[in-house]
Amino acid sequence: MSGRDEVLARIRAALADDGETAHPASTGPASTATQFRTRGTLEPGPLLDLLAERLADYRALVRRAAPAELDAAVGASLADRGARRIVVPAGLDLTAPPDGIEIVTDDGLSADDLDAFDGVVTGAAVAIAETGTIVLDGSPDQGRRAITLVPDYHLCIVHAAQVVEIVPEAITRLAARADHPLTWISGPSATSDIELKRVEGVHGPRTLEVILVGP
Amino acid sequence: MSTYLGMPTAPEGVGHLRGSEPFPAAARRALANTQLRHNLAMATATIRAKRAAVVAEVPDWEELRAAGQAAKAGAMRHLDRYLEQLETQVQARGGHVHWATDAVAANRIVTDLVAATGSREVVKVKSMVTDEIGLNEALAVAGITAHETDLAELIIQLGHDRPSHILVPAIHRNRAEIREIFLREMAGVDPALTDDPAALAEAARLYLRRRFLAARVGVSGANFAIAETGTLCVVESEGNGRMCLTLPDTLITVMGIEKVLPSWEDLAVFLQLLPRSSTGERMNPYTSMWTGVTPGDGPQQFHLVLLDNGRTAALADETGRQALHCIRCSACLNVCPVYERVGGHAYGSVYPGPIGAVLSPQLTGVEENASLPYASSLCGACYDVCPVKIDIPSVLVHLRARHVDEARKERRLPHAEAIAMAAASWVMAEPRRYSAAQRAARLGRPLGRRGRIGQLPPPLSAWAQARDSPVPPSQTFRQWWRDEHRKPS
Repeated sequence: MSGRDEVLARIRAALADDGETAHPASTGPASTATQFRTRGTLEPGPLLDLLAERLADYRALVRRAAPAELDAAVGASLADRGARRIVVPAGLDLTAPPDGIEIVTDDGLSADDLDAFDGVVTGAAVAIAETGTIVLDGSPDQGRRAITLVPDYHLCIVHAAQVVEIVPEAITRLAARADHPLTWISGPSATSDIELKRVEGVHGPRTLEVILVGP
Repeated sequence: MSTYLGMPTAPEGVGHLRGSEPFPAAARRALANTQLRHNLAMATATIRAKRAAVVAEVPDWEELRAAGQAAKAGAMRHLDRYLEQLETQVQARGGHVHWATDAVAANRIVTDLVAATGSREVVKVKSMVTDEIGLNEALAVAGITAHETDLAELIIQLGHDRPSHILVPAIHRNRAEIREIFLREMAGVDPALTDDPAALAEAARLYLRRRFLAARVGVSGANFAIAETGTLCVVESEGNGRMCLTLPDTLITVMGIEKVLPSWEDLAVFLQLLPRSSTGERMNPYTSMWTGVTPGDGPQQFHLVLLDNGRTAALADETGRQALHCIRCSACLNVCPVYERVGGHAYGSVYPGPIGAVLSPQLTGVEENASLPYASSLCGACYDVCPVKIDIPSVLVHLRARHVDEARKERRLPHAEAIAMAAASWVMAEPRRYSAAQRAARLGRPLGRRGRIGQLPPPLSAWAQARDSPVPPSQTFRQWWRDEHRKPS
């Protein structure tokens, strides 16, 4: 018997004594009697404030900008960082690249190539205010996973319309993109492995900066 | 009722589910190590406070726990169906699925897959299941070097040590000990390394960076797998997971069959329960999700290995089955008064603490880990914090009963507790015997000092070794009642 047949036969034998109605087939937690929150309650203004607060709480840098100020904000962030050479995904539209900074579009750069950049600028798919999380889904303005992993500095642009309050809202928004690689990011790389003290900065980008674009 | 009898369990001689000695002996030695107790008390106190704070922030925590429990119970009830669905979805997106009946089969599958790539090295994401099956040792036999990349796993690997905690495998080491391990074992380390945790993390970053950038094969476990979409999910903090899941050409994921969840929407529950329960964060720094192979992004070869290794034996026990709901958050370890004092090594298995005491004996067969269900005071703190409401105390008691039953069946001498319980049931079945026993107990009064009796004669001495008994009262309740009601009103 193949390993597959053997394991499935064991499972069926193990469940053979169960009553058929004990646990009807689940179609997700929504089908159960218990009700957890599926929608937030905050108005747009306080929602952005909460996201900014929670991002900062986990040591991300946060910059707020009105839509018209976005290019200036990107330039200011890169200048503050002292970045000279930046990689961007093919679909990120930086209309006015900051002066004196080389912007390279990713076309399948190697890991070693990526390691030589000062940072990366991307968009985002969704942001979750309650947990201070940004989610990347591999869309053209976010690129493939390696470009936001190897460089030591990640500048991420989040628009107000992308912000939800709680995790279940993000799961719902991402459902159509579930078969794409998703990366959920909450603050810079960190570890608590030494005496359970949180230390920021291990293998992922050691600095995460978020530009919140909204009113 | 007892389908678990005869169901194959995790084989002996491979992996890390059995200790070399019973829990009481290992615990006694651990208790003598004051440095260990100090390290554990510090670390568990820190994480308990963090968890309590972030759980208190969530208004619907109890509803989430109930939903998590229901989702897991539903997944187990139709496990065959969900695994087949997962397989179909992974294959539809260019992944390969392998089924392993036990540790030996899984190790062989992974070794063959790595060998086929021609690589002699793999980078590993921290994973309980590959530790359970002893994958690193199996790869070493085949001449393949496995590099652990999680900071705590690296500390364990460099220190030639064993993990002692599910989330923080090196919790038994303090910063000074970690510095010594790095100075001794880490090639190319700065000799001026201090014991500042940030400096130690930086040393690990430098040590592993080249390995990540050059890695061709990654090996991971999985926190969740979604049957509906074929999506795998790994939750981590450092970015070592992202490195291993993203940069290599080939990714091999080993996953216990109980990790499957029916639907995408289930993640709405578990991505709230897990981070707050494990590291005490609102969200862990990085969560990666992938479905099969994505052209132009990440590994172009993906293999998923589905592992049984005793899980179906646990599934067959309707009371014990809930141990399979565990999402490996380790909250139960951090609140357990027994774990806090003896640490993880005393349990002998990669799964220590309360959840280990109910999981390991079911994976190996109760008789092969018979002391673990007794490694608890049944205080219930583990049940209170469990994000999926596993009733660990009830399963512990159930497994003790299984042990007594199995010992009796093999006509072996039962445990002293079983004899005592049988004697108690004989005495309590008959009022006259019970009164006589109570009167007899008063004879023990002269043994007491300040209301406590420390030593008892054999066979009770084994019980009394670690426990004081109260001095029997001078008058039983029945005598008091009789005297009270005889008085004229």
